[in-house]
Amino acid sequence: MKHIVVGAGPAGVVAAETLRKLQASADVTLIGDEPEAPYSRMALPYYLVKQIAEEGTHLRKGADHFAKHGITVKQDRVSAINRAQKQVSLASGEVLAYDKLLLATGSRPVAPPIPGMDLPGIFSCWTLADARNIAARAKPGAKVLLMGAGFIGCIILEALAQSGAELTVVEMEGRMVPRMMNDTAGNMIKDWCESRGVKVHTSTRVTGITKGTAHPLSAALSTGQQLEVDLIVSATGVRPNIGFLQGTGLETGQGILINRHMQTNDPNIFAAGDVAEGRDFSTGESSVQAIQPTATEHAQLAARNMVGQQGAIHRGSVNMNVLDTLGLISSSFGLWMGKPGGDSAELLNRDRFRYLNLQFDGEVLVGATSLGMTQHVGVLRGLIQTKTRLGKWKDRLLEDPTRLMEAYLGSTQAVGFNAALLK
Amino acid sequence: MLKALQLEPEKCTGCLQCEMACSYENEAVFNPSKSRIKVFNFHDEGRFAPYTCSQCSEAWCMHACPVEAIVINQQTGAKEVIEDVCVGCKVCTIACPFGTGNYNSDSGKVIKCDLCGGDPACATACPTGAITYVDADHTGLARMKAHAGQSIPKN
Repeated sequence: MKHIVVGAGPAGVVAAETLRKLQASADVTLIGDEPEAPYSRMALPYYLVKQIAEEGTHLRKGADHFAKHGITVKQDRVSAINRAQKQVSLASGEVLAYDKLLLATGSRPVAPPIPGMDLPGIFSCWTLADARNIAARAKPGAKVLLMGAGFIGCIILEALAQSGAELTVVEMEGRMVPRMMNDTAGNMIKDWCESRGVKVHTSTRVTGITKGTAHPLSAALSTGQQLEVDLIVSATGVRPNIGFLQGTGLETGQGILINRHMQTNDPNIFAAGDVAEGRDFSTGESSVQAIQPTATEHAQLAARNMVGQQGAIHRGSVNMNVLDTLGLISSSFGLWMGKPGGDSAELLNRDRFRYLNLQFDGEVLVGATSLGMTQHVGVLRGLIQTKTRLGKWKDRLLEDPTRLMEAYLGSTQAVGFNAALLK
Repeated sequence: MLKALQLEPEKCTGCLQCEMACSYENEAVFNPSKSRIKVFNFHDEGRFAPYTCSQCSEAWCMHACPVEAIVINQQTGAKEVIEDVCVGCKVCTIACPFGTGNYNSDSGKVIKCDLCGGDPACATACPTGAITYVDADHTGLARMKAHAGQSIPKN
């Protein structure tokens, strides 16, 4: 069997390794177009603040990792897919044959449609090359404008603020991390950031960028304000890398459409990670989640299906995120915005930046948001994904939402009264 | 022979010596909030339940880690966090559905049970045998039976 994996991010690497593990004799080729060892974008903020060296961002340590596992890594770019011949053409001119092909080409940042985005000094923070550019310019005292306070913006926010830059954040929605946090939590994160010296403008757009006078760049805000800065970091969203599929007949929506076997409309072609529009656990509908845990989940399932394993059905990935904004840790899971007709439990302490919100559908937890919580957060995922029927624990959680671990243990394990059965 | 922690809540008295031993062994402080094993309190029933990582085989935390900071100790089977490699992104803490990987804001790293390299301090400290370190093939069988039995309707 010849397996080709396109894209050397977390999904591609995990898929290649899983293929190798499941099929010792197969040819496994991993193709990535960046001039680096496979690395993690998740780790770039830590590289920006010099907590780690470049090698620290690498997905796998040891220069011979892939060779040792019999995975051929090619630095190249797929220029065409010939489905009838089961071949991919590479930019270098090479043509490779496949039996099964996995597309894990990830996503790319989208620049906002405003004038001046092509001026020097404006960067996305997406690749290792971007991070090197930003690290070289985000010096202590430098004036920096961050466009976008979504998940990626907020990850970079921490790094930019820590590097000593004078940071201003502009977000067009009415709160920070609007697609991960509700109004209460998103605004508490804003308050927290502002109390730590970061200027945050929500419900504000950058309408255009020109050359500045005192500083290299000048940004016009929708509020009428003009902001002169040394560096602009753009984090206004990402889109799946599907452009290269034009004309292949592979079905795409927002991303590449896949069934519950991670298969596209061509049974020999699969997709995983940020580029794939797969099943969402909570809604049952297909969506591009673009998160690390989903990428690795997709990748393992895709590999199992590529080798023809029975029963490797995608039950849907739980959408979830965890974020650290200048030391305030937040997370959200599943239907954090709630379900119509469902009820919720909430615990809020604005002064101490503590918040926990649970969303139920009947006696099942379907979503959650937390702020300032670092202990046992994963159990939120567990309770949601196992659809644990909470029984009497639901009322207890409505009274005290912090008793999550007790609710989990009491509902799923032989504890307390249940333990009498052991005798 | 691979060994695992066997947790038997019905034997737990809630003395928290396991938490003290764990934090002392791993963080050099007597501080239950830094313990990797936790005793949960079921005050309605007057019961306690010690709980920690079960070192599950397809470890969610390990697969979710973006920088290969969680690796298997081949001798103990434990999924260990390599502190020098961990960047503190916390993705593993939301990925673990059992809630047993925690972020330590003092160190900026994630901490989880590593079986103390094969001699778990919690098991040594437990005075009632609620935490024992036994043959991995035998842990939990009785519990699973009990829990399954509980779900069969009585007629």
